[in-house]
Amino acid sequence: MKEVNVSSITEAVKNLCVDSNFYLGSDVIKRINECYESEESPTGREVLAKILENIEIGKKEGMPLCQDTGYAVFFVKMGQNVRICGGNFVDAVNEGVRRGYKAGYLRNSVVTDPLERKNSGDNTPAIIYTDIVPGDDLEITIAPKGGGSENMSEVRMMAPAAGVQGVKDFVIERVRVSGANPCPPVIVGVGIGGTFEKCAQIAKKSLLRPVGSKHPNPFYADLEQELLTEVNKLGIGPQGFGGRCTALAVHIEVHPCHIASFPVAVNMQCHVARHKTVTL
Amino acid sequence: MTTPKHITTPLTDEIIKDLHIGDSVLISGVIYTARDSAHKRLLEALERGEDLPVDIKGQIIYYAGPAPAKPGNPIGSIGPTTSYRMDPYTPDLLSRGLKGMIGKGNRSDAVVQALQDHTAVYFGAIGGAAALGAQSIKKAEFVAYEDLGPEAIRRLEVKDFPAVVVNDCYGKDIYKQGMEQYGKA
Repeated sequence: MKEVNVSSITEAVKNLCVDSNFYLGSDVIKRINECYESEESPTGREVLAKILENIEIGKKEGMPLCQDTGYAVFFVKMGQNVRICGGNFVDAVNEGVRRGYKAGYLRNSVVTDPLERKNSGDNTPAIIYTDIVPGDDLEITIAPKGGGSENMSEVRMMAPAAGVQGVKDFVIERVRVSGANPCPPVIVGVGIGGTFEKCAQIAKKSLLRPVGSKHPNPFYADLEQELLTEVNKLGIGPQGFGGRCTALAVHIEVHPCHIASFPVAVNMQCHVARHKTVTL
Repeated sequence: MTTPKHITTPLTDEIIKDLHIGDSVLISGVIYTARDSAHKRLLEALERGEDLPVDIKGQIIYYAGPAPAKPGNPIGSIGPTTSYRMDPYTPDLLSRGLKGMIGKGNRSDAVVQALQDHTAVYFGAIGGAAALGAQSIKKAEFVAYEDLGPEAIRRLEVKDFPAVVVNDCYGKDIYKQGMEQYGKA
């Protein structure tokens, strides 16, 4: 049994909020650089150069890369030998969000009631997905999610007969109709299978994978590559001004599903693909 | 990208008629932020027959809700939010003299038509490059609806704010043209 005090959870979450919003992963930066080198559109290249400049300013000045510092979404792996002490886990995470968004001068982007739409004032409550796993580690990942790309996402309950062609058509259509809205170049997270809500969740989870990594199953690795090629033929380009680089990556995550069902979800992610993990 | 055109607010018909899709511009002068909730309140004020808190004639509205400013800085990170959410409110504001908007993403057919009818322009800024975006803003102050926090209307003094003409007053659209130029079968 390992004891973790809530105060260390709050401190860790606070740092995750700030760091994830200031510093982008080296995998994403590498891929944006590759796109800058290969982009044919002069305007597209100019946009990618400014995106790279922005990453440098964020790091140097300690400023959020995007003003939309996101809904604070957490994926937690809780070792079953971990005992949380000193308080309540969810409260500790929310307190970390409260402190992190204040300390980092991050924008509060949460309204308490979806119809009344009054800002909660501290970016809480967080959304927390917790998996209980073997072991005695507590792993916390933050993935702050901006509204522009999230709004371009969709879950579709297809007929199983739609098959792989149905997935391809849906993903490409989703990127095409999204156009400039989700701030391309994007990462396209695709969930296939599960139930209605599981499908959306694995689509989001796929966005945590390092950009440039492949799905472990060669069939889905090939499908990711094929979809990336097709999406980049659309011509949307950086910020939609026209160009070859519309997506940095396509990530697929799959899950078993019901004999009657074939859910497919597309979770769009802008080029500010933020996530960071800490293990306590 | 074309050599940038320097433009200064307030915008006149003459300035706008010289702008074409794909043109890169550097905007200087005063612009105003307003997004979802502020637009709702502006239109509610008009429905009640009240004056707007800002004289929008010749002005540019920037669809943006900045991050809080760090001490010593005029503003925090700031970049465009997605524009289509403001489409229902836009033709009315254009008919009352608004001349420009800065945002990202497609506008409705009604907005594109209103840009032609009222000689106005829609610019795109780079979404997600908000630390960079803050560098061209020299001064910021609240002018209305401060209770909305990030959604309040702010008056910004900008110097060489970079943007691209997305929809001009001639009915053209850079997003459509870009896909035609770079799309492959």
